[in-house]
Amino acid sequence: MSDPLLLIGLLAVPLAGAVLAAALRGRAGLVAATAVSALTLLLAVPLGFDRAPAAAGRGVHPWHQADLPWVPALHLRLQLGVDGISYPLVVLTALLTLLCCGFLLWQRPERAHLLAALLLVIEVGILGTFLALNLVLFFLAFEVVLLPMAAVIAGWGGPARRAAALKFALYTLAGSVLLLVGVVAVVVQTNTADLVSLTAQPTLGRTAQLWIFGLFALAFAVKSPLWPLHTWLPDAHTEAPTVGSVILAGVLLKMGTYGLIRVGLGVTPQGAAHFALVLGALAVTAILVGSLVCLRQTELKRLIAYSSVGHMGFVLLGIAAGAAGSAIGVQAALIGNIAHGVLTGLLFFLAGAIKDRTHTGLLGDLGGLRERQPWLAGILGLAALGSLGLPGLAGFWGEAFAVVAAVRLGGTGWLVLAVLAAIGGALTAAYLLRLLRRVSHGPAAPALAGAAEARVPELVAWAPLVLLALLIGVLPGLVLTASAGAVDALTAGVAP
Amino acid sequence: MTWTPLTPLLAAAATALLALVSDLLAPGRWRVPYAVALLGTLVTLAAAVATPVSRAGSVFCAGTSTGGDAIFPVDCAYVYDGRARLVAVVVVALTAAALLLWAPALRDGEAPVGEAVFLLAAAMTGGVALAGAGDLVTLIVALETLTVPLYVLVALHRRRQSDASAASVTFFANSVVATAVSLLGAALLYLATGTVQLRGLTSVPEPVPGEWHPVALTGLVLVLVGLGFKVAAAPLHAWAPTTYDGAPVPVAAFLSTASKLGGVAAILIVVQGVLQNGPSGPDRGMFIAAGVALAMLAALSMVLGTLGALRQRRTVRLLAWSSVAQAGFVLAPLGGLSGLAVLGPAVGLLDAALAYAVFFVVLEVAAFAAVVALRPGEADGGSLDDLRGLGRRAPWRAAGFAFALIGLAGLPPVLAGLFAKITVLQALVGVDSYRLAMLVALVSVAGLAVYWRPVAALYRGGDGAAVTRPSWAPTAALTLAVAVGVVLTVAPQLLYTAVSAWR
Repeated sequence: MSDPLLLIGLLAVPLAGAVLAAALRGRAGLVAATAVSALTLLLAVPLGFDRAPAAAGRGVHPWHQADLPWVPALHLRLQLGVDGISYPLVVLTALLTLLCCGFLLWQRPERAHLLAALLLVIEVGILGTFLALNLVLFFLAFEVVLLPMAAVIAGWGGPARRAAALKFALYTLAGSVLLLVGVVAVVVQTNTADLVSLTAQPTLGRTAQLWIFGLFALAFAVKSPLWPLHTWLPDAHTEAPTVGSVILAGVLLKMGTYGLIRVGLGVTPQGAAHFALVLGALAVTAILVGSLVCLRQTELKRLIAYSSVGHMGFVLLGIAAGAAGSAIGVQAALIGNIAHGVLTGLLFFLAGAIKDRTHTGLLGDLGGLRERQPWLAGILGLAALGSLGLPGLAGFWGEAFAVVAAVRLGGTGWLVLAVLAAIGGALTAAYLLRLLRRVSHGPAAPALAGAAEARVPELVAWAPLVLLALLIGVLPGLVLTASAGAVDALTAGVAP
Repeated sequence: MTWTPLTPLLAAAATALLALVSDLLAPGRWRVPYAVALLGTLVTLAAAVATPVSRAGSVFCAGTSTGGDAIFPVDCAYVYDGRARLVAVVVVALTAAALLLWAPALRDGEAPVGEAVFLLAAAMTGGVALAGAGDLVTLIVALETLTVPLYVLVALHRRRQSDASAASVTFFANSVVATAVSLLGAALLYLATGTVQLRGLTSVPEPVPGEWHPVALTGLVLVLVGLGFKVAAAPLHAWAPTTYDGAPVPVAAFLSTASKLGGVAAILIVVQGVLQNGPSGPDRGMFIAAGVALAMLAALSMVLGTLGALRQRRTVRLLAWSSVAQAGFVLAPLGGLSGLAVLGPAVGLLDAALAYAVFFVVLEVAAFAAVVALRPGEADGGSLDDLRGLGRRAPWRAAGFAFALIGLAGLPPVLAGLFAKITVLQALVGVDSYRLAMLVALVSVAGLAVYWRPVAALYRGGDGAAVTRPSWAPTAALTLAVAVGVVLTVAPQLLYTAVSAWR
């Protein structure tokens, strides 16, 4: 299949699937949604084959490209492409959406076909963000996820869902209007929105780069989320239904970090370099704050949500190091992104499974999971150990190398940040072990007494994530070799 | 002199007259005048589309001038250029939509049909005349033709007499003040510049002598503030909520779309005319005056409108306050004028304002159409609580309403509204007007909180009897409006091309 057809199909297929799922209703709609999401994954995987030969020089060198006109008045073209930075995220998005649709097919909540349709619309937005090579198109795709995600939380969430959904929507929109001002400023000043040419030769002046990167950083910091702009996340996660949490933590947050790498570092490298240490300091604060809050959390989903703040802190530390010119930092951020997507996706699946059985998420009411539900407890243990960064599992590489990147940069500031981040890593271990002790060990809690063991459909949904967590842990090259060229092209020639 | 450019105007006037006469000839049969008016509106629409536009498409001209080989008429009172055509077409289409929305109420005898359709057609005539107005006198006469019928239309309400008369008196009192302010401004402008010409080429570009300068500035600002009333821009916005909520919903729809677009067109004509014929070169006074005045109007409208809308419990009042805020977004690009000194880059700002206005009226008319379609047999727009559960009981109409509201909030998947916001920001950033751009961006965040409540109400559980089927006319209007919104979502370039066609 030709490149443009494949890339546009990757957006058109889930969009059509969303319409189909909503129109068919009931079980037929769910089956259609699952089939479409499987087809999307099948379309996404071949993007990694048959790559265009790597070109020299700074900027984005896509493996595959599509370019169609849309709205000339706004410099908006349907420019899509995939390279080593976006490919793993594209595949992860398609995979998680498929798992979520399949999970819905088994779980069958009320109006599940609409929920599946919304998930597919969200997938269109996320894939569009990762694939866009046009700045205006990137912004449009970035915005697309906002309302469907809010609708997922408001329509299928917990008791305080409406307030959480509105909070999510307002926070995210506040971030994305800043992004819009930044995007428009870049487009007006350079008279192009083409990310390939914008990243190849950043023509913006230094002052312009400084404040435009400021806008970008704020926008992406809300999405990622970076302390102190993270407060929407725990509410959204606690209230969202399981599939909503999985998509939210698994890939939606990655739009922020991806944007920071692709647009922030790509288009405004001087601005990024200028703010690198500030960004790093905020990232480390996020790690510490996230971990400390987690130590005192009493609710399962809220704990995992706050752990996302800490983990994304490591990713952002990597990006901050990358902004200062460290290729290792960007690599760490990329693999940290993927690892967090896989492991937190899995953790939210498990938390959802436990809450569905016990109807409580309070750690005080849980305990002794390993007594009667060894499978559930085992997978929870694996996910938690992976999440705390145990070597051999996926979480290790991102966290370790974010610290290594900061140390390598040298200078007192970066060294202090590296040390604090390492302490944060230890705290991460502390709260995840506390989680395991409360949930898996101890005497069996009454709430869990009658609960069922993990069922086969659940295990099928989780198996790919468990497998990926092990595979990336053992073979980080899976992600790193794909992205090495793209990262070098991005960090090359950044003037500090 | 050729009469061709006047065809749409004549068709509109003929529609009004025929509707009135047919009511006299066939008394007691609502269908006859209604059908005449609707058909006449469609003919006017066809005429507005078909009438050719050109530089020479001007009538009532005082002289001619030669430029190159061609001979141009100059000092014209009526100019049918690309922008005039766009405004005329949209105003006529919106009139047709208002007629469709009113059909069930007119059938039930809520209002005397002959008067209702005549007045609506008369207002439409004013809108078409306004679109092509070439001098201040034509502009103000056309504006009054558009406004005066609305005093009566607002009160044409059998079941809600007290609300309607309050609405009408509020509207009337505010309108008179605004007209007086505009007229005073126009007089001062004439006094200072010695011409009332606005459009096209004037025979003598008149530089304003130094001592008259303050007079010209005052005149311009007063005209703009007065015209701000028509678009319901703050500080002359307080009439809108009471008037919209008291008026029949179709009339409120006309007020917040066609009438508002007329106001926008008037502002564009005045700004462009004055800046074109006014002083140029190192003297930037006119640009600063126009820019600062419009920036103030825009900023006040956006902030007050959004804050006001946050507290509303009635659907139409919420739409009214939100349309105050939207007027601010329409005027915001013109606030960028203050940083300019020549007309060249300013045309981009004017086009952005018109493009936003068209995006807005399409979504706004869809919202009002949905309100009518969702409440068959009711005389008013109801409260937000009345919307509860409609997402399940009337899924298609509720989806239409949600489409319009999400578009007004400027969010995907209704890209039409998002494109509108990008247009405004791009225009402002293009002239380095970053403060206003940031304000636009931040206010649109608060805008989400405004539109969230009605959308959430639609999809919140709430049981009740099945909704009555609406009659075909409001449903048709809703379908058409949403269809146009979808077209603008997929292919907004059509609009951008149409907006810049006058150049």
